Amino acid sequence: MVDLVNVLEWVFALLQMALFVVAAPLFTAWIKRVKCWLQNRRSPPLSQPYRDLRRLFSKQVLLAHTASPLFRTAPYLVFGTTVIAAAVVPLIALELPTARIADAIVLVGLFGLGRFFLALAGLDVGTTFGGMGASREMTVGALAEPAMLMVIFALAMGAASTNLSTVIHSMLAQGLALRPSLLFAFLALLLVGIAETGRVPVDNPATHLELTMIHEAMILEYTGRQLALMEWAAQLKLMIYGVLVCNLFFPWGIAQTLDPASLLIAGGLLSVKLIILGAVLAVAEGLVAKMRFFKVPVFLAVAFTLALVGMLSFVMLESAS
Amino acid sequence: MRDSLTLYLIAAMLCSGIGSSMFSLLANRYPWVLRLAAFPLLCLSGLASLAVGALALLEGVTLAIELPFGLPWLHWHFRLDPLAGFFLGIIGIITAVVGVYGPSYTRKYQQGPYSLSALGFFTGLFVVGMQLVVLADDAFAFMVAWEVMSVASYFLVAYEHHQAANRRAAFLYLLMAQIGAVLILLCFGIFSGFSDDFTFDAFRVAELDPLWASLAFTLALAGFGMKAGLVPLHVWLPEAHPVAPSHISALMSGVMLKVAVYGFIRMLFDFLGPLRWEWGLVLLTAGSVTAVYGVLYALVQTDLKRVLAYSSVENIGIIFICLGFSVTYLANDAPIIGVLGLIAALYHVLNHALFKSLLFLNAGAVIERSHEHDLEAMGGLIRRMPWTGLFFLVGCLSISALPPFNGFVSEWLTFQTALQAPALESGVLRAVIPIVAAILALTGALAAACFVRVYGISFLGQPRGRHARRAREVRMGMLIAQGTLAGLCVLTGLLPTMVVTLIGAVTDSLLHEPIAAATRHGWLWLTPIAPETASYSAPLIMLGVLMALAAWFCVWIWLRKSRKKNPTARRDPWDCGFGGLTPRMQYTATAFAMPFEQVFRHTWRLKTQCTREMDSNLATKPENLEYQLEVEDRAWLWLYAPVGKWVLNASRLVARIQTGHIRHYLAYSFLTLIVLLWLIS
Repeated sequence: MVDLVNVLEWVFALLQMALFVVAAPLFTAWIKRVKCWLQNRRSPPLSQPYRDLRRLFSKQVLLAHTASPLFRTAPYLVFGTTVIAAAVVPLIALELPTARIADAIVLVGLFGLGRFFLALAGLDVGTTFGGMGASREMTVGALAEPAMLMVIFALAMGAASTNLSTVIHSMLAQGLALRPSLLFAFLALLLVGIAETGRVPVDNPATHLELTMIHEAMILEYTGRQLALMEWAAQLKLMIYGVLVCNLFFPWGIAQTLDPASLLIAGGLLSVKLIILGAVLAVAEGLVAKMRFFKVPVFLAVAFTLALVGMLSFVMLESAS
Repeated sequence: MRDSLTLYLIAAMLCSGIGSSMFSLLANRYPWVLRLAAFPLLCLSGLASLAVGALALLEGVTLAIELPFGLPWLHWHFRLDPLAGFFLGIIGIITAVVGVYGPSYTRKYQQGPYSLSALGFFTGLFVVGMQLVVLADDAFAFMVAWEVMSVASYFLVAYEHHQAANRRAAFLYLLMAQIGAVLILLCFGIFSGFSDDFTFDAFRVAELDPLWASLAFTLALAGFGMKAGLVPLHVWLPEAHPVAPSHISALMSGVMLKVAVYGFIRMLFDFLGPLRWEWGLVLLTAGSVTAVYGVLYALVQTDLKRVLAYSSVENIGIIFICLGFSVTYLANDAPIIGVLGLIAALYHVLNHALFKSLLFLNAGAVIERSHEHDLEAMGGLIRRMPWTGLFFLVGCLSISALPPFNGFVSEWLTFQTALQAPALESGVLRAVIPIVAAILALTGALAAACFVRVYGISFLGQPRGRHARRAREVRMGMLIAQGTLAGLCVLTGLLPTMVVTLIGAVTDSLLHEPIAAATRHGWLWLTPIAPETASYSAPLIMLGVLMALAAWFCVWIWLRKSRKKNPTARRDPWDCGFGGLTPRMQYTATAFAMPFEQVFRHTWRLKTQCTREMDSNLATKPENLEYQLEVEDRAWLWLYAPVGKWVLNASRLVARIQTGHIRHYLAYSFLTLIVLLWLIS
């Protein structure tokens, strides 16, 4: 495989990763804007998350008396694993060397690694809220991760590959065909994505009540650049799930070669898809209320069952031919 | 030349193991013998064992030895082949590490009431027993070695025998080990019935009827499963591991369970003729149940070593799932994928040996320094024991199947095996395999939650007890041992292609199906089937993680000057404005597991007791709160309690013939005599 390594491809892959990282706050800002419109509020400008990050990066870091070295390194590890995950997901171009580093299962593993350190950081200072957040996050994660893997299995069995590029390739090759396994997997991935990225109704990123927090409770003790990295990693994770939903199920338009024209088209189309997805997400968040924490397992069980049904329907109905 | 070298090494391995035993007999009088002779010899035995394993795997040395011991018509046969070599290597690594760990660890027993001689003597015997089990090539030698291993480990479990609970745990262990041994013996009996011989060579060519083959399979599954800890035969594990000294727990959990897996693999892939897919289904069911059951029970325990013991049950389940995949594919004419399943199983055997031994050695260090078994009394240990904390973290990351550590590689290979299900003909199997994969995914995610809980509660936060507040870092020998295993965990995670190549020698000799595709693309890329299907590059992921750490380091260096001027400000954590956070306000291990208790509440039998004393002046202000949670293993209720009751009743019936009158006993003798005469005539 070494002979396939092309310097240009690697450079482009890194550029795409950078684009991913840089564009992530914009997606969050867009969702917030649509939500504000729906609630008849004036929305902050789309550049607001960037300004927040800049402000946080320039602020002084404060540490709790009880914080250990793990607390200080965790933001870098969480951000780092999320960036590696972003490098693996095809954004606007399909054939990238980075996609070979890790397949979809490794992608889930990388999210798991980030979550592991996030939860440990929550437990590190030794406050009630940190532990509460960590415990809840691990519960949600433990139930969402198998569901996510089932979605991947349903897709991977269809494409006979777990490599994200190959999966998208086979989706493109099939053309527009409504298969039951894809429909179930799509719904399951939406639910998993909502749970994993801490959106309403599982978690509320805008909450100010410590008792109801999940993600925010774990990063309650962070300040300055450490907080900025944690926030940015969360935004990046949301973006990755958004891109996964768009590119796995509606891949049309993604650039299969590296010429500028097709890249431009791919970028434009992906933006449109993400804008629509973000609007749908915002509308959905406006329609439902945050659920009690102990209802979340039911929510995730639905996701898991949907994904399982998707996979079984592939195995039973579609693979026999 | 190579053969004679191997022979010398095997002799050195056994002699130094036995020598370690013999020297330890002096340890009661001269305690330094244990430190300066017994453990170094044990380490030597481990290194020799590792060397033999390496020779068998890398150079393909196979040799058969016949020793003039045993019965006149049946000498002891021993044989070294790649499968034996692989397991010898695992035994070797862990034994060598324990040999380094032991001298510092056993210091705490010097002033105690327990015999140091017994500890050293039985440790040596235990290791030699395991090495001989793996090398044995006839049923007789196998059973003798198996019993040496079981009985020696019984004495080690019962080592701190002044406490009744420990004696009880050891008895339970011995009982189950013996029942298991009987089942294995019966299984060998079936083979020897069909081959008229007791050597494994004869077993290999024996042709069993399908019915007898299935019976042999069942006996082997139950017999070896009892030793390995398959649910519901696992109950001795969570009792025996917590009471044994920690380095013995590491040997038992890391190695002895693997020896049982070795026996099962030998039986299944070497002796039993054509594999049947029904066996695959049985293995998949047993493995799935074991894995989920183990991890759910691990999640609610508060005793550190009990958590690890139940997690061993879970990992044995994962290994049996891999074996089940392998059998299913092999029986359905998909040999390459079947081999992949076996490779995943062996990879997980190696991984579990490494990280579980590491975690038990960590637990030994933690328990020695914090004088606590209970997670609820630990906390904040990372500040007091930074190195142990680091190594424990590596162990937790590995066991939680997170990239780029070793546990992830075997899980990934298992998923890749499962994803080839569309290749199968049978619709039922095509549906069952993905469901098992889903269960495996759930297990992995729950294991991560379990080890976040263990690490977060014991090492992070603020100390919850007096001892934890005053813990100190352990001695150098213990740190070196932990560090070696942690390094191996990282290494086997980082270079999966090399490990797969090594294991490939085993599967090649066992199934004669080379696995070339997995490692074709160099050390950087692991591609189990084809690069288009799936590829994983652990080194590049590690590079990414290291770059994240490097970024932190750069920021740290960059800000060094400004930090000198005004050091990083330390403040009190957020307390909602009420002030006065105490360590008791932290989340506890029980609280952490509470959401899981809600979600999976039917798994356990939980007994909760909550007593609340209210303030006499203010009825809403609790003065004193006591919460007790007891977790009962359901297997006791469903299986062991009825069986125990039945055995008691049966013995009560039999006891009725014990009347105490000499006339009756004379009558019994007379009747027996007559029956025997009638039988003979």
